[in-house]
Amino acid sequence: MTRRHGERLATLLIRVAGVSAIAILLTIFAFLVLEGTPTLGEVPLGDLIGARWYPIEDYYGLVPLVLGSLIVTLGATLIAVPLGVTTAVFIAEVAPRSVREVLKPFIEILAGLPSVMLGFLGIVILAPELYSRLNLATGLTAFTGALLLGWIAIPTIVSVAEDALDAVPRAYREGALALGATRWQTIWRVTLPAARGGVLTAVMLGIGRAFGETMAVMMVTGNAAVIPRGLGALFAPARTMTATIAAEMGEVASGSTHYHVLFLVGILLFVISLAVNLVGASVVFRARTRAERILS
Amino acid sequence: MPSLRQTIARWTVWIAVLALLTACGPASGGGSQGGPTGTIVNKGSDTMVNLALAWAETFQADHPEVVISVTGGGSGTGIAALINGTVDVANASRQIKAEEIADAQANGIEPMELVVARDAIAVVVHRDNPIERLTIDQISAIYSGSIDNWAEVGGEDRPIVRLSRETNSGTHVYFLEEVLRKGEKDNNTLFAADTLLLPSSEGIAAEIVYNENAIGYDGLGYVTDEMKVVAVSKSPDGPFIFPAADTVNSGAYPIARDLYMYTAGEPTPQAKAYLDWILAPAGQAIVDQLGFVPLRVAEAP
Repeated sequence: MTRRHGERLATLLIRVAGVSAIAILLTIFAFLVLEGTPTLGEVPLGDLIGARWYPIEDYYGLVPLVLGSLIVTLGATLIAVPLGVTTAVFIAEVAPRSVREVLKPFIEILAGLPSVMLGFLGIVILAPELYSRLNLATGLTAFTGALLLGWIAIPTIVSVAEDALDAVPRAYREGALALGATRWQTIWRVTLPAARGGVLTAVMLGIGRAFGETMAVMMVTGNAAVIPRGLGALFAPARTMTATIAAEMGEVASGSTHYHVLFLVGILLFVISLAVNLVGASVVFRARTRAERILS
Repeated sequence: MPSLRQTIARWTVWIAVLALLTACGPASGGGSQGGPTGTIVNKGSDTMVNLALAWAETFQADHPEVVISVTGGGSGTGIAALINGTVDVANASRQIKAEEIADAQANGIEPMELVVARDAIAVVVHRDNPIERLTIDQISAIYSGSIDNWAEVGGEDRPIVRLSRETNSGTHVYFLEEVLRKGEKDNNTLFAADTLLLPSSEGIAAEIVYNENAIGYDGLGYVTDEMKVVAVSKSPDGPFIFPAADTVNSGAYPIARDLYMYTAGEPTPQAKAYLDWILAPAGQAIVDQLGFVPLRVAEAP
């Protein structure tokens, strides 16, 4: 009798925990919509897709902010994904056990570094170095931000991807090797495809981490709200959506147009992150169903 | 974003406050000068935060019965907090705007203004930049984007990298109105879109120190030996003046402004005692020590 009660209680608790995650998410979104949508009545749509962001004079063009976030995140992805996935492969497949036992905890410690600290190093060391070595007009550029964000995203990618590779059954590798595949062929053709879902999740989490990061980016990207034109824009200053909210939210009078626009920027951030996650999830889902088909 | 230095300074005040509280204890509180007791919450301008901290520390040393908490965030942040009724005294490096007064009145608050010190805004460049002097017109043209190369103002052939504080900074608003727009009411000049908006004075200092292309501006109290200050003139014929206490008080240096403290309506008794002390010679001496310009009042014996 008591055992059944205990089980019922446990089930209830788990259910509450599961539902509350969804409830909190929906509440946050409802709050964002409530505070952000008045913008559409206050600022004409044409102004919102304008090229100039200067809110103290009522210029609310969001294009430079969205593109600024995208270019910095893209740069970070290009840096973090190859490095992160190959590091995960090295740790899971190549490195001897002793090396692996040292490397993994160190990379997980790296994930815990406060981003303000990285931002500080970015201002003091990275920006002056890039300025003099690449002969840039200033060291505070989208690329500087991308380098820091890449560094911030790598531990997430390595940690999750390594877990996924580790979960691939030993028999797969042994089978491949027994068929005469080299180690490289085993990794590239068997292990990585088998762990594809987990590796993709790792990449998505890493991109999400980079996209949502605020402090380090605000410190090193220069925060100039310009529309990036071409690849050269990676080496010019940029202003991201997150840095804009962080820099300006403290100042606005609540209920003002500027306040509502900042919440609209929050909605955009939320929607873009959601889209990235949905795309990631659908790819993972497709990969899994095919794998299940093959195995059955 | 509060800088490391400000954060440390802030914690120092809190530790000092705690130390004072434990040292005095409730029982010995009666042994003080008999002034009003209580807390004063003080917030606003980042330009003024070090000054406000120094005032608070010195005042509390003499008046242990008063606890003053000081935070920065920017002039706009401080005034917004005053409007929302969460601070007793707001610091601002610019005058309160008409719409802010209206917002405050809508909340039943009548802001009271007090000029507490003066500040010069220095225009700074890299140490090795050969530029010695600039007119207001040239600075306006540089920051609005119509001059893009140092050669156009008599310097080397280098691109100009414009540095500014974020838009929530009173210094930013002052610079926009008095330098970019030259104080003209119907002038709608804006900062060039590629102006770097840095979240702190330290951010500007860090960039000026290594970047030979950079031009920046900040309160005189934030200028260090690692930067080069440019002499400024209102007209092309000069005179070109360097910012300093005497040139600010004589009105010769063109980019100088008043620093303000605002209270919500009549100040509370302890806030009034504090503000009176700030205007007295003791308070104004601290203004001088921190590189700001004391009010003339303080120079009278």
